[in-house]
Amino acid sequence: MTDLTARDTLFSGAGSSRAKRRNRKQVILQGLGLAAISFAALMLFILIASLIVTGHKAFVQTHVTIEVHVDPEAIPVEGLPRGGFRDVLLASLQKQFPEVSGRSELRSLQNILSNGAQFQLRDMIEANPALIGRTVTLKVPVSDPFDQLAKGLVKRETPEAQRRVNDREIAWFDALDAAGMISKPINWGLITNADSRFPELAGLKGALVGSFWALLVCFLISFPLGIGAAIYLEEFAPKNRLSDLIEVNINNLAAVPSVVFGLLALAVFIGWFGMPRSAPIVGGMTLALMTMPTIIIATRAALKAVPPSIREAALGVGASRHQVVFGHVLPLAMPGILTGTIIGLAQALGETAPLLLIGMNAFITSAPSSPFDSATALPTQIFIWADSPERGFVSRTSAAILVLLTFLVTMNAIAIYLRSRFERKW
Amino acid sequence: MTSAAFLCLFALAILGYVWNRQAATAIRAGGARLHSLEGFHGFYALLTVLVPVLLVMLLWLVLQGQVVDSLLRSGIAGHLEGRSAGEVQLILAEIKSISRGMVFGTPEPWKIDAAERYLALTARAQTLLLVVVVVLSLVLVVLGRSKVSAEFRARHGVERIVSGLMIACSVVAIVVTLGIVASLLFETLRFFERVPVTEFLFGTNWEPQIPLREDQVAAEGAFGWIPVMLGTLVITVIALVVAVPVGLMTAIYLNEFAPRKFRAVAKPFLEILAGVPTVVYGFFAILVVAPAMRAFAASLGVDVSPNIALAAGSVMGIMLIPFISSFADDALSAVPQSLRDGALGLGATRAEMMLDVLFPAAIPGIVGGVLLAVSRAIGETMIVVMAAGLIAKMTINPLDSVTTVTVQIVTLLIGDTSFDNPKTLAAFALGMMLFVLTLMINVLALRIVRKYREAYD
Amino acid sequence: MYDTPTVERTVENNTVKFAARDVHVFYGETEAIKGVDVDILDKTVTAFIGPSGCGKSTFLRCLNRMNDTIDICRVTGTITLEGADIYDKRIDPVQLRARVGMVFQKPNPFPKSIYDNVAYGPRIHGLARNKAELDEIVEKSLRRAALWQEAKDRLHEPGTGLSGGQQQRLCIARAVATAPEVLLMDEPCSALDPIATAQVEELIDELRQDYSVVIVTHSMQQAARVSQKTAFFHLGDLVEFGETSQIFTNPRDPRTESYITGRIG
Repeated sequence: MTDLTARDTLFSGAGSSRAKRRNRKQVILQGLGLAAISFAALMLFILIASLIVTGHKAFVQTHVTIEVHVDPEAIPVEGLPRGGFRDVLLASLQKQFPEVSGRSELRSLQNILSNGAQFQLRDMIEANPALIGRTVTLKVPVSDPFDQLAKGLVKRETPEAQRRVNDREIAWFDALDAAGMISKPINWGLITNADSRFPELAGLKGALVGSFWALLVCFLISFPLGIGAAIYLEEFAPKNRLSDLIEVNINNLAAVPSVVFGLLALAVFIGWFGMPRSAPIVGGMTLALMTMPTIIIATRAALKAVPPSIREAALGVGASRHQVVFGHVLPLAMPGILTGTIIGLAQALGETAPLLLIGMNAFITSAPSSPFDSATALPTQIFIWADSPERGFVSRTSAAILVLLTFLVTMNAIAIYLRSRFERKW
Repeated sequence: MTSAAFLCLFALAILGYVWNRQAATAIRAGGARLHSLEGFHGFYALLTVLVPVLLVMLLWLVLQGQVVDSLLRSGIAGHLEGRSAGEVQLILAEIKSISRGMVFGTPEPWKIDAAERYLALTARAQTLLLVVVVVLSLVLVVLGRSKVSAEFRARHGVERIVSGLMIACSVVAIVVTLGIVASLLFETLRFFERVPVTEFLFGTNWEPQIPLREDQVAAEGAFGWIPVMLGTLVITVIALVVAVPVGLMTAIYLNEFAPRKFRAVAKPFLEILAGVPTVVYGFFAILVVAPAMRAFAASLGVDVSPNIALAAGSVMGIMLIPFISSFADDALSAVPQSLRDGALGLGATRAEMMLDVLFPAAIPGIVGGVLLAVSRAIGETMIVVMAAGLIAKMTINPLDSVTTVTVQIVTLLIGDTSFDNPKTLAAFALGMMLFVLTLMINVLALRIVRKYREAYD
Repeated sequence: MYDTPTVERTVENNTVKFAARDVHVFYGETEAIKGVDVDILDKTVTAFIGPSGCGKSTFLRCLNRMNDTIDICRVTGTITLEGADIYDKRIDPVQLRARVGMVFQKPNPFPKSIYDNVAYGPRIHGLARNKAELDEIVEKSLRRAALWQEAKDRLHEPGTGLSGGQQQRLCIARAVATAPEVLLMDEPCSALDPIATAQVEELIDELRQDYSVVIVTHSMQQAARVSQKTAFFHLGDLVEFGETSQIFTNPRDPRTESYITGRIG
């Protein structure tokens, strides 16, 4: 049967064809594995790189610094806050380009400035009416096409007909640039402004505040509910059909598509309870329902990790089961619970679909002052911007995503820190 | 007002705590032996006040809006006669915004009257709430105080209340499931009143945009979900074709071949990939993947749809890679060391050990993970909303544009949502199908995974 | 004093299979084996005994380089198999393990059929040219492991469905099917009941006819029953090595004496 002499001997073995074939199989398998990981790594790299490449430009904003003579005739003190702020701005621009005349030419000259410039001037004068009649230096954002031009996103080589700024406008802009009036400071407006139709004015403040309220509501609901349920199921529940049912239920809830939670919120919270649409409170409640299973599962794992000897020791000195759980087991499990909670909240922060269904994708130009006001959230704001046709929103979407990812990475880093700092091996 | 009510409640609850605690301390100072520590007497009072009153408040706040609305509506019934539900909604919204001082144009005087009435009603409701809360809390505080005695088992009382609260928390999970089922079922049944079930289930034409007016309801059978489901399947299959091989090979490599340091770097990196929100993947699809695919196709001279299914599907596949790899890694790790030793001891190479022994042994766990990934792909929303198409087609061509169940749900519900429109209701019917489908897959997958874990524990 | 030996204690064949010289094994910083010299003879059962944690299993796993699978494990010194250094860089541990088979503490049949379990080694090493030859190897191996009678009608049922003793004999059959020259057994009976233990011990004695067998055991009675040579390990040292009869009746080292009389261990 077996031909022992034909067997691979220790040294010649490596050279025999069978051994070669077997080794090749091993190399192929390892190669495939490495290729798979490299593919995943490459995708992550492309994802992050494309976001940074498109997004970093939104972290600066092209501004133009102009001397504005606040003409008391155009802006009378009595008429505040109404008045011809646009005209005053145009007049000061015109000083740079005395040759420009005619309605349409003037209008395109005016379009260099962002639509927000007039409001900036208005706010300034409203705060200090004494400025009327004097000349003030104003640093205002330029409108989106010129911002794109300054950032090189509108290529000068493109034929004029396919460009959003024509040759004359480029000439004006270059003249302003040559006069040293153009600057590109850090775009704090991205954080301090709320949403706007104009990319150069649009910011994330509303979304950040909306996300904050929604997450706060989510935490306040899901944390106590999740811990309560987990403690009961892990420490007190009798092993019967009901607790089995609850258990299966929780595991399945964790895998229900998020859009279904949106449908639930739409039908129940908004439809039946008559709660306000687009409000962070409803968003937070919806997210809470989705986060709760995550917290329950993490809490149960943390409770399970506390060794029974601790429970026995406490029971042995006559503590009641409640005293054991709340006095000994829960404090020991707390780091694990917090880690799970933070990870759950990070998931909730990135969740979009259910928020779309309850209307948190509304166009709202001011930050909400309470969880009952209409608002957007970070991920829905990203969705809105990604859907907007203006070119300027592409880089802003990427920038908003980078902001969102920064929050997520921070939260996860805190979770990992907590886990490594307080994790105990029993 | 509401916050005042909350404050009163908390103040009274703390008062109850202090009062009961002092009473218990006094009894103890008198020489009697207490059954429970003083603190438990205090907590007993705190909880007996907080729990019921908070429940009352929550109920009140949930119902208040509805009650006030119906009072408001009956007050202006004359003006609302003959208007559709949508118009009534608009008018109510207008009245409410007037009441908040946001006046656009010049509303009719009756609307301003109504706004004032609305403010008055709300104020009255809030005052009433405050009164109810204070009276109820006071009664409970006094009641709690009357119970304090040496024999009173305050600790048992507290523990009973806490247990009850925890059971209530656990039941919330069931309530949520029931809520999902009830809300979906309720709206779906209303949908089937307008569109026959058979048409929805077997129709091959999905054009929900057509019935804009109520008299037009789906006469042409534009609510057949088959093309939508087909599109979902196309995207799911593409996603799995990307995710399953890459995920499995990743898991195999990390589990057996990767040096420890490599593994220590690769695992968190996969976690990052798993933690990226889906809206980001969606943007990635439209920003990078779809244009790249279009450019590639164009260079081959092939004309593809701008919302090419392949782009949405493969980005979804990337999203699922860490999901599948972590499940497969867990499943492989669960195979006992003794089986590895057995195979190596026979002179198997590590590749042979992996492919002949570990992988087959881990198959049930891996299948469970893949099934969960399928259910995720079916239920995934943002990637397809952003990168897939809107028009339902009977096609399985991955280069074409397809739509999915989740895309339709979101597009039907974004914007106006009055609940008597078949468009809206169709979204709930789709949601019902989505829920049932993913639930079945999840139950099956979780059962397989659990069986597998038990087999090696 | 001990059970009647079931085997003659004469060692007719003196060919050295394994020769270990100054072998040290480190797990990270800890030294688990501290310089062991031992010769393992062909057609002989050699027993490694000693208290738990003494390094006997670790040393056994050095002999077919199973320790390679543990990242932090490091082996120094030389071990030769028929004169060839098995830790030589050119040695493929896979080929080595085909020549030096191993049976583990806990029966570990693959979740496959009985037939596939036994046929696995011959398949990967290409020992059979066709199905008939493979069938023959499987039958022969199962007969050698005294499992043929019980298993012949259920060859295609899963190996995990057998009883503990049968599973261990299946694992022995699986190891034998690869036609190794040396068979390493790491406490092969520790998970078995006395009857199954007796069957396996009988089998070990049979296997001695063709193989060099090295067995790690906790039970001194077992060592006395099945082995011709015995090595006593203590805290990583090879304290004493010699004829089994001599070790058990007339130990030279006081530590050996304390162990076999039950004072340490």
